[in-house]
Amino acid sequence: MSIILNKKQKKSLCRIILASVIFIFAVLISGLSVIPAEYSAYARFILYLIPYLLVGGDVLLRATKNIIHGKVFDENFLMSIATIGAFALGEYPEGVAVMLFYQVGELFQSYAVNKSRRSIAELMDINPDHAYIERDGSVVTVSPDELSVDDVILIKPGDRVPVDGIVIRGSSELNTASLTGESLPRDVNPGDPVISGCINLSGVLHVRVTKIFSESTVTRILELVENASSRKAKTENFITTFSRYYTPVVVIAAAALAIIPPLLFAQPFSMWVERALTFLVVSCPCALVISIPLSFFGGIGGASASGILVKGGNYLEALAKTDTVVFDKTGTLTCGKFSVTELHPVKMSEDQLLEYAAHAEAYSSHPISISIKDAYGKPVRNEALTDVSEIAGHGVNATFNGHRLAVGNSKLMRSLGISIDDSVRPGTMIHVSLDGSYAGYLVISDTVKPDAKDAILRLKALGVKKTVMLTGDSSVAAASVAKELGIDQYHAELLPQDKVSVLEDIINQQNKNRKVAFVGDGINDAPVISRADVGIAMGSLGSDAAIEAADIVLMDDNPAKIALALQISRKTMGIVKQNIIFALDVKFLVLVLAAFGLANMWGAVFADVGVAVIAILNAMRTLNVKDK
Amino acid sequence: MKKTFKLENLDCANCAAIMESKIRKINGVNNASISFMTQKLIIEADDSRFDAIVKEAAAVCKRVEPDCFIRE
Repeated sequence: MSIILNKKQKKSLCRIILASVIFIFAVLISGLSVIPAEYSAYARFILYLIPYLLVGGDVLLRATKNIIHGKVFDENFLMSIATIGAFALGEYPEGVAVMLFYQVGELFQSYAVNKSRRSIAELMDINPDHAYIERDGSVVTVSPDELSVDDVILIKPGDRVPVDGIVIRGSSELNTASLTGESLPRDVNPGDPVISGCINLSGVLHVRVTKIFSESTVTRILELVENASSRKAKTENFITTFSRYYTPVVVIAAAALAIIPPLLFAQPFSMWVERALTFLVVSCPCALVISIPLSFFGGIGGASASGILVKGGNYLEALAKTDTVVFDKTGTLTCGKFSVTELHPVKMSEDQLLEYAAHAEAYSSHPISISIKDAYGKPVRNEALTDVSEIAGHGVNATFNGHRLAVGNSKLMRSLGISIDDSVRPGTMIHVSLDGSYAGYLVISDTVKPDAKDAILRLKALGVKKTVMLTGDSSVAAASVAKELGIDQYHAELLPQDKVSVLEDIINQQNKNRKVAFVGDGINDAPVISRADVGIAMGSLGSDAAIEAADIVLMDDNPAKIALALQISRKTMGIVKQNIIFALDVKFLVLVLAAFGLANMWGAVFADVGVAVIAILNAMRTLNVKDK
Repeated sequence: MKKTFKLENLDCANCAAIMESKIRKINGVNNASISFMTQKLIIEADDSRFDAIVKEAAAVCKRVEPDCFIRE
């Protein structure tokens, strides 16, 4: 680890070292009693005043300025009063040492804050700094914000994609890790969209710009994460309010401590003033004020590095309290892509059934036809095909190799007077007849995402009590998916507005201290996403509607990321709680001890700066995200 | 109008919170937020008075933390 200090920090370090040397010198001289006795008091004062002013001069200056501006009770003021008080009581070494210790702590604190600022900046270092564009036959370098839509740019291997676009020439692999957290490179070929912020790994790409820099994914993500800190969690607001009262209360307590016991019990003023000064040192709430926002920011930063965008600390806080997760089915738990899942031939082989179906659908571009042709996998022999006629809403009639083919739904079969297998399967059933007799059926359905089952299992392992699935699809299809994935409850055949009312019912039944999250694919689920306590969208790498409506956006459409998001939120909240409890406990303990004269100013400085540094270091743990 | 500024030498989180609440109280400011971690100030304010508001905001920052200044 290399230590990088900025100018201000270097200056402060020099002053601390110089003051320490003089301070040690002062301690030695006064110990040796080389100074004649009659001057000794003055000499000691001056000997200690030099290092004191050297190390604490800026604190005194700032305190004076602040008082002129009418701002008391700040750190500078408190430290000044405490140390001047120590001098007034004749405890010079203590006054200097407290100021020294305070400055060392401040330096350490400023270093820790800068370091965490840097590590967050590194996580967020997805901003492309240049683009290559072809102009008049030569390649020129431009800044990404100079590009306009329909410009053709060149992306060389090792470069970041500067703006969103579509590949027109070349093929390559893209590393999307900084956007999605997914380490497996993605293949791109002509016609494929590319997202800004990804890194081009192998080949040169020619890309047509589809979005200008300020509207591209990378800019939107950065804005979102930076704005996230303005949506503060309740805990954060609590700390702000708390600190507003904490400092004045402690200062008033200190004043009371200095005045009341000596007056009531006729005890020496100096002893109680010393205790009161110790109070003042503990009265800054810095440990909390810095470390709590830092924890949230770290959690949000760590999450975005794994492809989870959280729009504010408040959502992280709500997610940590979630124990019911409601899913949309299509596009969220399933791929949203149809494929042939079952083949039920009658008096022929499965391959034959598929061949007939694929040929009948040869000219159709309906998603179901495409899925049948995909399943067939071989080129269709158009020359063997004649008399193709498509009947909308029913299916297709055709002649193939001299056989009369009919492929379509039950209505088509009924109209042809063919009796069919009337079992009900989850998905769309496509029947086939050959020369007027029934040849069997295919089932076409949406396939479950490979990670969906694991996602549900992980959520359950994390203590999510209830998982619910909402879908517009048929009950049969919903039941089969729910069973396969181990989902507790499902509601099928819902219209988009029904989804909102079902979700409202779930929220109403919910324990008020717990939250309900809804996960959807964004575009048609937007009203439900915004109604849920925590709305999570599958961002499909940049769908506007998704990013707009949701509180949390998963950059790759992997449902297992929900569990990871939950883990991150709980870890962050855990660290936040640790810091609050730790800081308050230490401060309270030192206050009590100081009131009874058991803690000196050293302990107080530890309770102030030491605690702040420890809390900051703890808060930085939120940046480390480990999957599973 | 909404604009983002960089706050240089913002060292104290408590000060950032104070600046934020003071800038919010400037006449014409619809919203303001300061992120201590990213050292950024976002001001949303009326167009007509925007430049004057920014000047006032800079003065607020300087008063709260003398080393701190605003940069566009």
